[in-house]
Amino acid sequence: MEQRESAPPAAVADGSRRGFFQAGILGLGVAIAAALGLPALAYLLAPPKSKQEGAWIELGELDRFAADVPLEVAFRRNRTDAWKVVREKDTAWVVKRTDGGLAAFGPQCTHLGCAYHWDEGRQQFLCPCHSSLFRIDGSVVSGPAPRPLDRYETKVENGKLMLGRLGSSGERRT
Amino acid sequence: MKRQVEGLIAWLEDRTGLPGAVARFLDEKIPASGGWHQVFGSVAVFLFLTQAFSGILLSFNYAPTPGEAYNSVRYILTEVTGGRLIRGLHHWGASMMIVVVVLHMVQVFVFGAYKKPRETTWLLGVTLLLLTLAYGLTGYLLPWDNRAYWGTVVATKIAASAPLAGPYMTRLLGAVKGVGVVTFARFYSVHVLLLPPATMLLILAHVYLVRRHGVTPQPGDEALPKKPFYPGQVFKDTAAIFVAFAILFTLAVAAKVPLEQLADPTDTTYIPRPEWYFLFLFQTLKLFEGPLEIVGSTILPGLAMLALFAVPFIDRGRMVKVTRRTVAISFVVLAAIGWSGLTAAAILSTPHDAAAQVDYSAPTNWMQLSPEELAGIAYFRDENCASCHSGGSSLGPDLTRTAIHKDAAWMIRHFMQPAAVRPGSAMPPVALGDVQLNSLAAFLLKLTPDNATALADAPDFAVRGALVYQAGHCAACHMVNGVGMKVGPPLNGLAKRQTRSWVDEHFANPQKLSPGSIMPPYRFPDQNKRNLTAYLFSLPE
Repeated sequence: MEQRESAPPAAVADGSRRGFFQAGILGLGVAIAAALGLPALAYLLAPPKSKQEGAWIELGELDRFAADVPLEVAFRRNRTDAWKVVREKDTAWVVKRTDGGLAAFGPQCTHLGCAYHWDEGRQQFLCPCHSSLFRIDGSVVSGPAPRPLDRYETKVENGKLMLGRLGSSGERRT
Repeated sequence: MKRQVEGLIAWLEDRTGLPGAVARFLDEKIPASGGWHQVFGSVAVFLFLTQAFSGILLSFNYAPTPGEAYNSVRYILTEVTGGRLIRGLHHWGASMMIVVVVLHMVQVFVFGAYKKPRETTWLLGVTLLLLTLAYGLTGYLLPWDNRAYWGTVVATKIAASAPLAGPYMTRLLGAVKGVGVVTFARFYSVHVLLLPPATMLLILAHVYLVRRHGVTPQPGDEALPKKPFYPGQVFKDTAAIFVAFAILFTLAVAAKVPLEQLADPTDTTYIPRPEWYFLFLFQTLKLFEGPLEIVGSTILPGLAMLALFAVPFIDRGRMVKVTRRTVAISFVVLAAIGWSGLTAAAILSTPHDAAAQVDYSAPTNWMQLSPEELAGIAYFRDENCASCHSGGSSLGPDLTRTAIHKDAAWMIRHFMQPAAVRPGSAMPPVALGDVQLNSLAAFLLKLTPDNATALADAPDFAVRGALVYQAGHCAACHMVNGVGMKVGPPLNGLAKRQTRSWVDEHFANPQKLSPGSIMPPYRFPDQNKRNLTAYLFSLPE
């Protein structure tokens, strides 16, 4: 500062030096912040690469299921929770249709996740919480449920019913 | 726009006084001799903040209990996007922190900046150095792999050997019955709860004292006008910070941070090595044996620390120009030579068996393969299949990116006469026997776009070991990963049941070690035996 007052010609050079310093501080600071911040965002927001999942679970002979009578089947499966593999109990509502169609529904109502049951009298799935009703094919009859029942992947191998991953149908009720 | 910003600053100034405080901080006048040699303190503060940042990010995916800790670190490394980079930043940041803190100290020491009235600044600085080392010591245990576990066993034993304080240190470290869950909890707690606030407070006090006494002038500075801290010196500090960060980032991207197998307290063959900055202490320890050991382990390091604290009270002479501080400079040079010599000796005496180490910081999908499939990787590599069937090559389909829909019979016909199955194919026939071709096909059936990179990382000792396993027809009697016969014992979990030397000797003379065994003797060439044993010891349980 003292220099600037005593020697006016140096002030211009001093000013451009000052500008260079300020731009440098800002530029380098932004570069560092970006190099740290962007990976941090990816680290926090990008979905982790999950190990292969979806081993098929054997639910038993297909013959044990009566046609058009939904049956709740309990089974145990390994669920991968980040770095933990948890062995836990799960259930599925298995429906074998007379025409040979096969479906296994997740045990929770698609509204708020209550456990529903098969209502013999109505021949429909009834959720006790808010009275959502589903047909035997999982589609919504009435009530607040926003979409049909979630389905497990299924396949039949050597006459045995195999259960895969649970997925939501995704389609919204219109 | 400019008016709004100025308005906002005026508002903030009125309500908080913050902009004025920042301006007063930046407007500090520093001596004319100030410059590049004074950047290290700022770089150290920057590295501390980066460590806090990467540490907090790691803690978002870290389970602080033994066992779980290991699995969560593996999860960070193999599954979380950018996890390897964040851990790299934290790991290498710790090393850089030590380097920069020591450089800062050397600068202050050489310039004599600890002299009256700055003795307390120096004392706080030495304390901060100790805290930095404490971070290194406690953080070392947190991945809970073999390296972490056995390194900490040594550290706690050294603490236990301290005269008088030993038993109390052991209790404080929670290591009365050896390194265990309590030790882990305490190291974790010290690392993340105790040290960070302590460091922040001490840094604040340290910087306060720097401001109170001003940056140390050199003889001759009195005659020259002072210069402002901002922007000249701030720019120099920022540039130095940027260089340090560039080095750190490059290390984090390019240099692999090891993760060994899960800590195994029963592994008696493990040779623990400390982090590089503790190697000189490790080597000093070797110079003293028997009852003299405590001289190397606690007495000498303790005296050295005391001497370091006492520096400003020993050297009370007048401030002289740095070029005339020959005693101080010789002292630093001697210390550097001593440190390098001890560190080099420690590195040179490290046994080199790194080839057979499994890298757990990468996915280990290859461990699930049968020996036949794993041997297929060896043929895939030896026949250079990848030169046409992976990467950007347009010569053949990229097998690492497309799912393979052919069966084994098709593949084997294709290997033998490529053009007969796929007219116009330019692929040369694969000149291998039936067993080898089967093996190659078996591997390709397991190859998917999901596991291609993981399988490409299969260590060479394992695929070579699988080759030896296949050539020796081991599967005719033994089972690995559920494949093979059960005439002999299954080989998974062998590492838990036998030692390497037992297995080596057993190959040559099975009946001597297991009387009644019907296993024929095998005389493998040394390299093959090493690969096979290392492979068998890497099998999952």
